[in-house]
Amino acid sequence: MRPFAYSRPTDANSAVQALSAAASANSPVADAAIQALAGGTTLLDLMKLDVMRPSALVDINPLSDVWSAVNLDGGNLKLGALARMSDVAAHADIQKNYPVVADALKLAASPQIRNMASLGGNVLQRTRCTYFRDVSYENCNKRNPGSGCAAMDGFNRTHAVLGTSGQCIATYPGDFAQALIALNATVEIIGKSSARTVSFAELHRAPGNSPQIETTLMPGELISSFSIQGRWPRSTYFKVRDRQSYEFALSSAAIALEVQDGTIRDARIALGGVATVPWRARKAEGLLKGEKFDDALASQVAEAAFEDAVGSKHNAFKIALGKRVVARALHQAAAMEI
Amino acid sequence: MSTAAPEPKANMGQPIPRYDAVAKVTGKAQYGADVALVNPVYAYLVTSSIAKGRIDSFDLADAKTVRGVVDIVTHENAEKLKEAKLFSNGGYTSSTIQPLKSADIAQDGEIVAVVLAETFEAARQAAYAVKVNYTAAVPTTTFGSPGTTSAPAKGQLAQFKEDPKVGDFAKAFESAEVKITAEYGTPAQHHNPMELFATSCVWNGDSLTIYEPSQYVHGLKNGVAEQLGIDADRVRVINSYVGGAFGSKGSMTPRTAIIASIARRLGRPVKLVATRDQGFTIATFRAETRHQVKLGATRDGKLTSLRHEGWEISSRADPYAVGGTKTTTRMYECPNIDSLVSIVRADRNTPGFMRAPPEVPYMFALESAMDELAYELKMDPIELRRVNDTMKEPIKGNTYTSRSLMACFDEGAKVFGWSQRKAEPKSMTDGDWLVGYGCATSCYPTQMAPAAARVRLQRDGHVKVQIAGHEIGNGAYTVIGLVAAERLGVPIDKVSVFIGDSDLPPAPVAGGSNSTASTCSTVIMVCEQIRQKLFKATMPDETLIDKAKETVGVGQTPVTRAAKGDRQIDYERAFDALGVSVIEEYGEWKPDGAPMDAFRAMNKGQMRMVGGPEMKDKIAYAFGAEFVEVRINRWTHEITVPRLLGAFAAGRIMNPTTARSQLMGGLIWGMSSALHEATELDERYARYVNDNLADYLLPVNADVPSVEVIMLTEQDDHINPAGVKGIGELGNVGTNAAVCNAIFHATGQRLRKLPIRLEQLDI
Repeated sequence: MRPFAYSRPTDANSAVQALSAAASANSPVADAAIQALAGGTTLLDLMKLDVMRPSALVDINPLSDVWSAVNLDGGNLKLGALARMSDVAAHADIQKNYPVVADALKLAASPQIRNMASLGGNVLQRTRCTYFRDVSYENCNKRNPGSGCAAMDGFNRTHAVLGTSGQCIATYPGDFAQALIALNATVEIIGKSSARTVSFAELHRAPGNSPQIETTLMPGELISSFSIQGRWPRSTYFKVRDRQSYEFALSSAAIALEVQDGTIRDARIALGGVATVPWRARKAEGLLKGEKFDDALASQVAEAAFEDAVGSKHNAFKIALGKRVVARALHQAAAMEI
Repeated sequence: MSTAAPEPKANMGQPIPRYDAVAKVTGKAQYGADVALVNPVYAYLVTSSIAKGRIDSFDLADAKTVRGVVDIVTHENAEKLKEAKLFSNGGYTSSTIQPLKSADIAQDGEIVAVVLAETFEAARQAAYAVKVNYTAAVPTTTFGSPGTTSAPAKGQLAQFKEDPKVGDFAKAFESAEVKITAEYGTPAQHHNPMELFATSCVWNGDSLTIYEPSQYVHGLKNGVAEQLGIDADRVRVINSYVGGAFGSKGSMTPRTAIIASIARRLGRPVKLVATRDQGFTIATFRAETRHQVKLGATRDGKLTSLRHEGWEISSRADPYAVGGTKTTTRMYECPNIDSLVSIVRADRNTPGFMRAPPEVPYMFALESAMDELAYELKMDPIELRRVNDTMKEPIKGNTYTSRSLMACFDEGAKVFGWSQRKAEPKSMTDGDWLVGYGCATSCYPTQMAPAAARVRLQRDGHVKVQIAGHEIGNGAYTVIGLVAAERLGVPIDKVSVFIGDSDLPPAPVAGGSNSTASTCSTVIMVCEQIRQKLFKATMPDETLIDKAKETVGVGQTPVTRAAKGDRQIDYERAFDALGVSVIEEYGEWKPDGAPMDAFRAMNKGQMRMVGGPEMKDKIAYAFGAEFVEVRINRWTHEITVPRLLGAFAAGRIMNPTTARSQLMGGLIWGMSSALHEATELDERYARYVNDNLADYLLPVNADVPSVEVIMLTEQDDHINPAGVKGIGELGNVGTNAAVCNAIFHATGQRLRKLPIRLEQLDI
C-alpha cells in the first residue's frame, strides 16, 4: 500500500471540498488521487493490491449522523448513503414494504462485511475480475486503458454476458444495485458547487470503448442518498451462486410486480451477476404488463431478458441459467402473499 | 457429555476439551509470525508473472526510492545456496526449483526478488515498484496442453514403490459378465490454511532460530542447515502452534533458507509473511489427476478384474506423485488386478501432499466406479461392497490387522436412514428439489514412524512431556497430555506438554495421519520406563530397588511385563525408596518393521514411515463409510448438501472430542473437494486465476447444515502400542465420490470430473 494522506472532515461541505482539491475532469473518478473512504471494504482491498493508488483518503464516516438515516415518509423510501448494509437489511419496514431491497442486501457478502459496508460504497463497488484485481496482468482496459482485455480469452466463468463490449466483459458484482435500478430509484449527489439528482439507471456506464469510466459521477462528487417512490411489497431478490453465503451471484434477479385482480399492472426486472452494469430488462418487463401470470409467459419473459446476451468460453451457461433464474424469480414474486 | 464431547465407547479416552483451547480462543497462542523480534527487517516477495522464460533485467530505481527500503535481493546478488533434494526422494525440500539462483523462470509465481524494508508497508510498496523485464516462452499448463511429457512414476520417484498387480487382468476382464470402464478427473487444489506461509529468522552468532509454521521441525532444521552449509545443531525451529497446514507445511519450501541467508547478510532478524496469492506458488498444491478404472464382475457382484490407471501433473523439475493405486488395488477382494501411475510434466510449481494425498483423488475414481457397477448390476451399493469385502488384501495376500468396513456401513446406514432410499435414479423428490443419497468407502493407511520423547515425573505428581510433535489443529497437545496422564495415573491438569520445537526429542512429520500413533506410542513407552522404576522401587526385593536406583535418569530401559498395565503404584513409597524428587526418562521408539537406520534418519529429520499396505506380513488401514444427501433444484440446478454422515473405526480413539472435530472437518472438506474447491488455471499462461479466499471456494456454514460423526469401537493390538490408527485424513476420503454418487441418484446423470458446478447438470 502506498502512503496516503488521511483527513476526516465533519461536515459534507468540507468533505466535498477536500475531495475536489486535486480532482481532474479528465481522469475517471475511480482513478482520482483523492478517494472517499466509507466502509472501506472495496477500497482498502484494492489499495493493498496496488490496483487503486490514491494519495489521499477523505474519511466521510463522520457524516453518518446525517447520512445514515432511513426514512419511509409519505409512502416513499429514502436511504442515506452511509447507512450500513446490515442495518437496512434488518429494518422491519423495509422487509415489509421493499423486500427486494432487504433481500438483496441480506444475500450479499458476509455479516462482517455488511456491518461495515455503506450503501453508497456498495453501489460503487468494483468488479471482481481477476485480471483487473491482479496488477501482474498487463492487459486490462479498465485498469490500464488501451492495454487490451486478458479476460476475453482467459478464464471467464464469472464474467458478463450482457452489456459487454470489445473492450471489457467484467461483471458488475453487486446485488443491491439491482433492487435500486428495478425500483426506478434516484440518486442524490452533492458536489463542490451544487447538488443534483439523477436516475439510478444513469449512475453506471456500460464499458463501451472506455471501460475505465464506470460511473457518471464527476470528480469530487459524493452520493448522499437514494430515493424510491411508492411501496413495493410484491418484490423479491433471487440469487444463485456457487455456495450458500459469502459469494457473488452467478445470476440473480430483482423482481417487483404490481398485480391487480390477477393482472400485472407494473413489472420490474433487473439482472445481477450477468451484466457489466446494474441491468434493467425493460423489454422483458413490457411483456408482463397487462397480462395474467403463467408458466408460458414467464418463459417468454425470460427469453426476452437474455435476447442480446453474448457468452464467452466459460460463461455461456449464464444465459440458460439466467433465463431460469428470471422465470423462478417471477414465480416467487407472483406467489407472494401480501 | 454433549454432541461435541461424545460419550466414550469402549477403547476410547476421555472427551476432554483441548489442552490449548483457552490459549487459542483468547488469542494467547503465539503463532510463528506473532513472535516479536528485536529490530526486524520486513521481507516482501516479488514473484514472477510468467511461468516459463528468463529474466532479462531488473529496474529497481523506483523501488529503491521508497522510504525505508533496506535491500533488494535478486538472483544477481543473492547468496548461492546449496542444492536441496526433494522430500519424496529422500531429501528435505518441497521443490527443487530453487529461486534466486539464475535468470531462468520455471513456474508461475516463482520468487524473483525479496524486498527488505523497515516496515511491512514499505516493503510491499517497494515490491510493487520492482520492474522485471522478462523474455517469456509459451508454457505447458496441464493435461491436454501441447508439450506435456508422460512417464511411469515407478523408477522416477523413490517414494513410489510399486504398480500393484496380480493374476491376469486382461483375460479376466475380457470374459467378465458385467463391465465398467470409466474415466475420472480431479482438479488442482490448494491447501489454503488460515495461517499464511510466514518465516522469521534470527541469528545469534552462528546459531539460527527459525519461527515458522511447520509440520516437521526436525526436517526443516536439517534441510535449512544443509542449504546454508552449516551444522544442523546450530539451527532451531520453533512453532508452538500451526494455524492449519494440511500437508502444505510438511516439507521445507525454498523460502526458508533464502530468508535465513538474507538475515545473516543483513545482520538483523528478518520476518516474512507471504501473501495469500503467493502461497499458491511458493509452496505445494494437490495436482490435478486423471484416472481410468475398469471393473469386471459376475452378475452377483463379485469382482473378477480391476484395473486402475492414474495420471498426475508435476513440474518439469520434480517427479512428484501421490500414487493411490497401492490403496485402490487392495480395497476389495479381486483375483485379477492391474495398475499403473504416470507422471505428466508441465511448466508448473512442484505439487505435494494434501490431506489424504493419494486417497482423495484415487478413491474418488474407485468409489465412483463401484457405484457405477452397483447401478449396472441393479444392486444396493452397500451390498456390492459387502460381497467384495475381505480380510486379506488381494495383492500379497496379507491379512488386515482389523477391518470394520461393513460395521461402519451398517451403523452409518441405520442412522442415516439409507433404507428410505428408493433404488431408481431420479426417483426421490421434494417440491422443487431432486433428492439423492450416495455412499462411499473411506479408508486411510495406518502409518507410524520413529520418535523420541522425554518425560519427567515429579514427586508432587506434576508431569512434563517433551516431544517435537506438532499442533496443527489435530489436538496433539491434548492427546499427548492425555496418554501421559493415563499412564502415570495423574490428572490431566498436572501434565505440561512441550512440542513444536526442534530442540526437543525428534518426532516425525505431522502428516500421513501418523502423528498420534507415533507420538503417543513413544510417550507410552517412556512413561512405562518411569513406571518400571517406580514399580521396582516398591518391590520388597532389595536388589530390585538397587537396580531401579541405578537406572534413574539414564536412557532407555527395557519394559518388563510386570511394570505394564494398570497396576497401582504407591508414589510416596517409591520416591522415598529411590531417594529422589524427580524421575526423568528419555526413550526412542520405532514401529515394527522400521528399517535399521530408523533412529539415525530420525535425528537427521528424514522420514522412515512404515505401515499401510507396505508392511511385510500384514496390512493396516482405518475404515469408514460416508453417506451424503444432495438436493438439486430442478429450476436453478443449485446443488446443496443438507446432510453428511460418516461412521468410522480407527482403533483406539484417544479423545472423542478432538476426534469428532477432525472427522467433521474431514467430511466437510471431502464435500468441498467435490463441489467447491478447485484452483482454476489460465491455460494460456499456466497461471492460477482464483488465488484468494474469495474466489477459491470453500464451504461456509450455510453449506453444511448437518454433519454427523459416528465412531465405532475397534481394538487393534497389532499396529502400535497406542492402538491408534490415525484419523487426520480418514474423514475426507470417499466423500467426493459419495457426493457424485448422490448426484447420480438424484438426477440420473453421472459426473466424473470434479469439481461439480451447476452448469454441468443437464436435468
